[in-house]
Amino acid sequence: MTLRFASLVAAAVMAAAPAMADLVVPNYSYRTGPYAANGTQYADGFNDYFTLLNERDGGIGGQKVLTPECETAYNTEKGVECYESLKGQNQLVVAPLSTGITYQLIPKVSADKVTLYTPGLGRTSSKNGAAFEWVFNAPANYWDGASVAIKYLLDQNGGSLEGKKIALVYHNSAYGKEPIRTLQELSKKHGFTLTELPVDAPGQEQKSQWLQIRRDKPDYVLMWGWGVMNAAAIQEAANIRFPMENFIGIWWSGGEVDVEPAGAGANGYKSLTFNGVGMDYPVYDDLKKHVIDTGKASQDGQYVGSAVYSRGLYAAVVIAEAIRKAQELAGTPEVNAEQVRAGFEALDITEARMAELGLPDFGQPIKLSCANHGGDGHARIQQWDATAKKWTLISDWIAPDAEVLDPLIAEDSEAYVKEAGITPRCN
Amino acid sequence: MEQLLYASEIVVNGLMTGVMYALVALGFVLIYKASGVFNYAQGVMALFAAMTLVGIQQGQVPFAHLINALTGTHVSHFGWNVPAVLAIALTAVVMVLLAIAIQKLVLQHLVGQEPIILFMATIGLAYFLEGLGDVMWGADVKTLDVGLPQGISDAAEALTARLTGYGFFIDRLDIWAAVIATALVAALVAFSQYTKQGRAMRAVADDHQAALSVGISLRFIWIMVWSIAGFVALVAGIMWGTKSGVQFSLSLIALKALPVLMLGGFTSIPGAIVGGLIIGVGEKLFEYFVGPMIGGATETWFAYVLALGFLVFRPQGLFGERIIERV
Repeated sequence: MTLRFASLVAAAVMAAAPAMADLVVPNYSYRTGPYAANGTQYADGFNDYFTLLNERDGGIGGQKVLTPECETAYNTEKGVECYESLKGQNQLVVAPLSTGITYQLIPKVSADKVTLYTPGLGRTSSKNGAAFEWVFNAPANYWDGASVAIKYLLDQNGGSLEGKKIALVYHNSAYGKEPIRTLQELSKKHGFTLTELPVDAPGQEQKSQWLQIRRDKPDYVLMWGWGVMNAAAIQEAANIRFPMENFIGIWWSGGEVDVEPAGAGANGYKSLTFNGVGMDYPVYDDLKKHVIDTGKASQDGQYVGSAVYSRGLYAAVVIAEAIRKAQELAGTPEVNAEQVRAGFEALDITEARMAELGLPDFGQPIKLSCANHGGDGHARIQQWDATAKKWTLISDWIAPDAEVLDPLIAEDSEAYVKEAGITPRCN
Repeated sequence: MEQLLYASEIVVNGLMTGVMYALVALGFVLIYKASGVFNYAQGVMALFAAMTLVGIQQGQVPFAHLINALTGTHVSHFGWNVPAVLAIALTAVVMVLLAIAIQKLVLQHLVGQEPIILFMATIGLAYFLEGLGDVMWGADVKTLDVGLPQGISDAAEALTARLTGYGFFIDRLDIWAAVIATALVAALVAFSQYTKQGRAMRAVADDHQAALSVGISLRFIWIMVWSIAGFVALVAGIMWGTKSGVQFSLSLIALKALPVLMLGGFTSIPGAIVGGLIIGVGEKLFEYFVGPMIGGATETWFAYVLALGFLVFRPQGLFGERIIERV
């Protein structure tokens, strides 16, 4: 009896656990809580790309990819619990869509030797691979975003922002505060006045901030928001008749869920993006054929093609390419977390490769190295058309201002090196 | 002079925001007044009501995801749109049915229990309703449009510009909220003062046992009170949902109602309004004058600090009933 019970337990455990050869890339999702609307779309894009690889190609290098989901509810404690609970499953990459969770996991992944991938979020200075061996944040980070926004505005103003007033409306959290340092430096360099307007989470009530904007009449408003804060800010901007074309959000303030509640009032609103918009890419034909039409899409495929879905898909693309590179370097399809880290560091996704993947001109080329874990940080501007209900790309790729950003990254990563007591690499 | 005008504009907008807070606080007061239960689920009821309203208005099939997952179908919409007024009426019916279900499945089994047990039950109810709303209508952000206008009031701007030389910003949605809240409070006060059911409700609030002994049905009163609180939640859901879409965060507006209740008192309908107005104006003025000196984003904590300050001097709130317990 005892033997039979033990056999049953062993069988159940073996059935639940991934096979040794499976590639485990957990989805640290949030489908509940105040940020569920955004988190759900990102998680779906992430899942669907790996499902496509499994269904169309039999996985990566013949190895199936498993994406066990763990619900974080955008809560840092729960995110850490997820990480701890998934430790035993040989997770190759940890990719939480939360700057708060990222900050907590940086020391943990460094000790456990697991790659932490935070595209467009997390600790900006982790771009410096010399200090952050296990963290990657390509293709762009928050400081890149701040710099690209200012470069775009420079371009709109004949190369000068002297005497202009720019207000930053930001989520009063680790995430929202990230661009402040960079914008302060850029304001010194370009002579514009920066006003910082924090909004407490979740951000439904922003009347004070927008009354101040109405009084101060800034030339431009930048936004670092997430969840309901984005929709509330766009509505308030429309209410005070702030010119929407002068309102630019970071990429996390550029989803359909952010603009649709404001209806026609959101027309002309702009945001940064580091990935293409819409479904006019060949990969979506494959997704339809192998994932959506076969009923294997995450949540019935209801968000396929949305801005946040596309970003989740792009994160999965980069991770898949890093695993592929790791397999190539290791000479075996069965790679471990350390080998995947090496794969990330040797990543070279060219435009030709993006086209092969069915995503031509979807993202900038990504070439990483020991010292550069963040890529080139290029981004584009997209604009919302409320009538057609779609985003349109209105700029080419814009490079960030390395002259301002490099010293800031060096300074912040140096502080991390001292704090963590580590020896920088890449010499 | 300029500072004074700006401060006046902030006071006006603070009053308007206070009305929006008061709309949420009213639901808490009604249930607490009639049953001594602090209904933790009031914020989620506002979210549930708003989700149901959008779902009905847009002809969404309830539980579509569940149906599709179980049957392999792909249903999502009935293919019709329901006019706003009819959708609001149907949602009110759903809230009455919800009140009946809550009474039958939760409250009835907890008669005679300590208030803390009832409070815990409402926490469970909040989580249940959160999940039920998502399963019924989906977790995506929904746009709510029942025809309420939004944006700056040109008339108010022109009038204030003529009077003071500076045109005030007043949101037309806030003006509507003020009108609706006034009508709602007037109706609630009239109902509780001048109708048989209202008097019965007050009798239950005073003493359950005494009310039962004169033949008042506790079951009916609780269903009635939860139905009215459900309707108030629907009104709050419409106002806040119109502002920033219907999504999970709407349930968190309950956090804004707490300091209002602490300040106004848990048992007073006018207290909810006055408390809302004081919190609204106080937090906005503090943010304007002190916020920039201490980094801003002071509104949430200032509301609680203000309420705690009041608690020290008037634990029952401005209009709450003073509880004297002798041992």
